[in-house]
Amino acid sequence: MKAAITVLAVAALATVPLWLRDPYLLNALITTGIFIIGAMSLNLLLGFTGQLSLGHIAFFGIGAYVSALTSLGFDIGLPGGARLVHEPWPPIVGLALAILVAGLCGYFVGLLSFRVRGAYFVIVTISFAEVVRLVALNWVELTQGPLALTNIPSIALPLAGFGELTLRTKLQNYYLVLVVGLVAYLLIARLVHSHFGRAMRGLMENETLAVSVGIDVTKTLTLAAVISAAIAGAAGSLYAHYIRIIDPEVFAFINTVTMVIMVISGGKGSLSGPGVGGLIFGLLPVALRPIMAPEAQWIAYGGVLMAILFVLPRGIVPSLAQRLVRRRSGAAALAPVALAETGVKKGA
Amino acid sequence: MAAHAVAMTIEQVAVRFGGLVAISDMSFTVGEGEIVSLIGPNGAGKTTAFNVMTGFIEPSAGRVTYRDTALNGLKPHQIADLGLIRTFQRTSVFPNDTVYDNLLIGLHRQGRIRLLDAILGLPGARASERKLRKRASDLIEWVGLERRAHDAAGSLSYGEQRLVGVALALAAEPTMLLLDEPVSGMNASETHRFVELIRDIRGRGITILLVEHDMPMVMTVSDRIVVLNYGRIIAEGTPEMIRNDPAVIEAYLGHGAGRA
Repeated sequence: MKAAITVLAVAALATVPLWLRDPYLLNALITTGIFIIGAMSLNLLLGFTGQLSLGHIAFFGIGAYVSALTSLGFDIGLPGGARLVHEPWPPIVGLALAILVAGLCGYFVGLLSFRVRGAYFVIVTISFAEVVRLVALNWVELTQGPLALTNIPSIALPLAGFGELTLRTKLQNYYLVLVVGLVAYLLIARLVHSHFGRAMRGLMENETLAVSVGIDVTKTLTLAAVISAAIAGAAGSLYAHYIRIIDPEVFAFINTVTMVIMVISGGKGSLSGPGVGGLIFGLLPVALRPIMAPEAQWIAYGGVLMAILFVLPRGIVPSLAQRLVRRRSGAAALAPVALAETGVKKGA
Repeated sequence: MAAHAVAMTIEQVAVRFGGLVAISDMSFTVGEGEIVSLIGPNGAGKTTAFNVMTGFIEPSAGRVTYRDTALNGLKPHQIADLGLIRTFQRTSVFPNDTVYDNLLIGLHRQGRIRLLDAILGLPGARASERKLRKRASDLIEWVGLERRAHDAAGSLSYGEQRLVGVALALAAEPTMLLLDEPVSGMNASETHRFVELIRDIRGRGITILLVEHDMPMVMTVSDRIVVLNYGRIIAEGTPEMIRNDPAVIEAYLGHGAGRA
């Protein structure tokens, strides 16, 4: 059943460009897809370890800048008068470096903040994002500051024996994002269902007990942060090579909030939650724009969010799944064991 | 009891929280394969002693040694890796997971495989996963919770949750098990079954240290009993010796009863 839904969803997503010819809508789908990948990485932390990273956009932005700079090249002065010159490398190498560097940042942020966790983790991640934004804004020699990095090349896939395929069109980029999204989804799914995923769940539910059966808190959480940051970095790289221009605004807090909304509305701790929530809140502004004034759009946006969380408090996917299970096990609930127990409760 | 090789040594351990003395000076040993009970009135320092032995609290003075390894300064998960596993008075399960998944989490120490193998779904990872699932089923059967295997652990009765807690501890493959008030809140027949489980655990060669208030149960199951009061040991010996020890009677029943 679950597998069937997944296959259908993937098939539906794969056929979208066949009937959707409007480039504006396709563009909205691509950027939404990129943010959904970011939201999935956030969900790995928020939904499966319970740690809220409110600076998650930092990893996304770092991925974007690393990938852009790798493919554009740079020439910066070092202390002592020396110069560091980097000749442009293929964007695909930029993608790999984006994943690597973002993952490394995740490691240091995790190592620093998981000793305290909870509210402190939230504060450390917010601060981290703000610091990175200020660096991007002020290190003009490297990042062009507010002037933005422009003319970022599109990603080119090397084809064995056929040269390479540069992904310039929206159609190509749509499939690129879809493929990377599926890979991220599978990676997270495998991870969550492994012994490592169980360690994360154990820590979230009952840390004391988890530790007592031999689960290493710092190691587990840091590893989750590394993988989460690396995936966010990949999303950032896709963003840079698709939009082809980035400025420090990519680190804006609102971008993290968008990811959090995608995760919470879709259902944190659910594998497909960020995808469902992401499609709704990524495309909602596009749907509202032609029919409402700008101020009314944002009120409606908030209204939809509140309505979803009011009706489906655990998020769309988990709440619906729960209702489905309840309806289906309606008959099974009358089995002797359950009957005896509910009987006691009702009788009391 | 026959002479046991010493498994755990507690030497002059003291724990102070600011000005409050939880344990003033505690020394005793637990032999391999022994069932030792730590008893005492409420607030005597029993749970604190457990927390010291499992690394949740660092003692203010003294040291704990398990099988020649000093435990001071080790983190709880490192102590678990030595085979020293505990259960808890209250927080005994992962409430939102099924009983079956609880045990899979508890099997963490057995399931450590390379992360990349798990992500790629390599044969080694799958075989390990199959082994874990088999082991989880076995443990559920052992505590007799087959019918509740796929219910959320948080929805189980108190007594059943205790059983899950013990199965979880056993999943971590202990060489020594520390049980913190395992039968509190259980009825007589549940307690009786639990005593059988404890004997069965010992039969597997696992050393047991027990903190418990249920005196009949302690007297039945223990090889040796250590009595704590106000943070210090006031008596130590076989159940028969403890039953007749004037200091113990006084601690539990007060002066008048001691003299009577």
